[in-house]
Amino acid sequence: MVDYQFLIEVLIGGLLSGVMYSLVAIGFVLIYKTSGVLNFAQGAMLLFAALTFVSLVERGAPFAAALVATLVIMVGLGITIERTVLRPLVNQPPITLFMATLGLSYVIEAAAQLLWGTQVHGLDIGISDTPFELAGVLISRFDLFAAAVAGALVTVFALFFRYTRTGLSFRAVADDQFAALAVGLRLPRVWAAVWTVAGIVALVGGLLWGARLGVQFSLSLVVLKALPVLVLGGFDSIAGAIVGGLLIGAIEKLAEVYVGPFFGGGIEAWAAYVVALALLLIRPSGLYGQKPVERV
Amino acid sequence: MAALASTQSRRVSAETLGIGIAIVAAYGVVPLAGSDYLLDAVLTPFLALALAAVGLNVLTGYAGQVSLGSAAFLAVGAYAAYNLHLRIPGLPLLVDLVLAGSIAAAVGIVFGLPSLRLRGFYLAVSTLAAQFFVQWALTKFGWFSNDNASGVIDAPPLSIAGVSFTNPVERYVFSLTVVVVLSLVTLRLLRSQSGRNFVAVRDHEIAAKVIGVPILRTKLLAFGISSFLIGVAGVLWAFAYLRTVEPAGFNLDRSFQILFIIIIGGLASLRGSFVGAAFIVVFPLLLSRVGAALLGSVFDSGVLEMSQRILIGVLIIAFLIAEPRGLIALWDRTWARTWAAVWPAKHPTIPT
Repeated sequence: MVDYQFLIEVLIGGLLSGVMYSLVAIGFVLIYKTSGVLNFAQGAMLLFAALTFVSLVERGAPFAAALVATLVIMVGLGITIERTVLRPLVNQPPITLFMATLGLSYVIEAAAQLLWGTQVHGLDIGISDTPFELAGVLISRFDLFAAAVAGALVTVFALFFRYTRTGLSFRAVADDQFAALAVGLRLPRVWAAVWTVAGIVALVGGLLWGARLGVQFSLSLVVLKALPVLVLGGFDSIAGAIVGGLLIGAIEKLAEVYVGPFFGGGIEAWAAYVVALALLLIRPSGLYGQKPVERV
Repeated sequence: MAALASTQSRRVSAETLGIGIAIVAAYGVVPLAGSDYLLDAVLTPFLALALAAVGLNVLTGYAGQVSLGSAAFLAVGAYAAYNLHLRIPGLPLLVDLVLAGSIAAAVGIVFGLPSLRLRGFYLAVSTLAAQFFVQWALTKFGWFSNDNASGVIDAPPLSIAGVSFTNPVERYVFSLTVVVVLSLVTLRLLRSQSGRNFVAVRDHEIAAKVIGVPILRTKLLAFGISSFLIGVAGVLWAFAYLRTVEPAGFNLDRSFQILFIIIIGGLASLRGSFVGAAFIVVFPLLLSRVGAALLGSVFDSGVLEMSQRILIGVLIIAFLIAEPRGLIALWDRTWARTWAAVWPAKHPTIPT
């Protein structure tokens, strides 16, 4: 007999941790959509943001000031990346750009640790991680908060893309770079703005993941958790990142609990990839990804 | 026509000459001039990585299928060779090597199946499944490492028909022979119809399909050959270089390293694989020497390591910006320029 209460508890835990994956995946989608770059450095940016924030707080900066300072630094980082890495590599094939972001992730990771040290920092953002009971199911308060933040972030993005000029130009560039260029949009400026926004997403993700895991080097490895989410949802869809994150989170936890024992556990590392792969065989561009039109 | 044929044959013979000189230099000069350190810490790992890069280059450079799971196939090769040696007594080393490569090829074909549906980054990410699955399986199931408690196993000594390859020079010569033979076979293959099919699929899959290239067979062949080469490279890495087999050495960083080699060296160039591998092996050694000499007294090793990572990252980006087609394109250009300076026959001077 299946214990439904336990099943629901695992499912909800999975969904909520999936939201955390979505937070990282959104940063990828923003950049992929507008510049066609799979930004492997997103994890490094997450680490950099969280480490900067924590170090500022530990050095006695008030919460709000540290937040603003980190935000400014992330904006600076976004603009610098556009200037030094992306602009010289315009028109190169996607694999070259991907490699460049791999190099970039080395630089950012090492720079973050060189600046702020390699020790593990605790991060307390004032949300207790005590579970509460809702209709007999235990739910983590922290997970719920993270979900709320992710929800707010997506809403803000939706409004931003829909109602601001910058958002409009993002959509135009994502739709057709050449047409956007032809109507006078400044691509470098749009890219710098996108990387800045991705930096802000990295900050939000970094704070939440940092509060969960502690701020340390392994934070940059959440990239590997976000990749199957991206594949599942489609590289160029924010909705896909959310749905993909929820699915991966739920499947991962359910698989670990119900399938894992047959394999001796530890299948979390690849279960998500296998599920994403299976889905891709049916829908090669993910759930919400744009299907490329191919001509000879 | 005659003129064309003669230029072509001259180019081919120049290439043969180049390969010949490289092989003679590798066999003749290096074992005499090289110290044990040079052979053990530089040349043998260089050979293993170069072979792995040749394998990945077949798949990514020629057939256009990006893979982030190379280290998984290195691991499959190494563990297959170890287990075959362990479980089949008296198995000759060369048979072991070929079988290990074949097992890697079989695993590669299985993980290559998604490539029939997926393109670009979707495929690249799905190859990560191979990376994580293989690493998990090798650590999880004790059978693969013969229930060794630490998971780190000693590789058996190399020997063929009573001749053993134990000291650094012998292990180097063994690796070199394997790498030379496999690289030449690969070169030959790439010049055949199969090789042209790879390029056709890479350049335009639908167009290739239209002119009758068998997509399914071509892609799976690319995955199979690539994994075979990488599997054998894994055997060299574990048996000839490290002389231990452990899953931790075949992690995602190793996969990226091999990808770095072919990008820095040059995609779709076998010479590029060797140049790239040389760079990746030598550069960190140089950097740590120089870094230790310049900054060793000022900073601790942690700072040094971080600075190295930054420098490697910056260099990768700088290389991509300076020459996206890799070191080999840089080399060819410089060579052509020097040649033109030394031998300006193509630009006759006006007689005075």
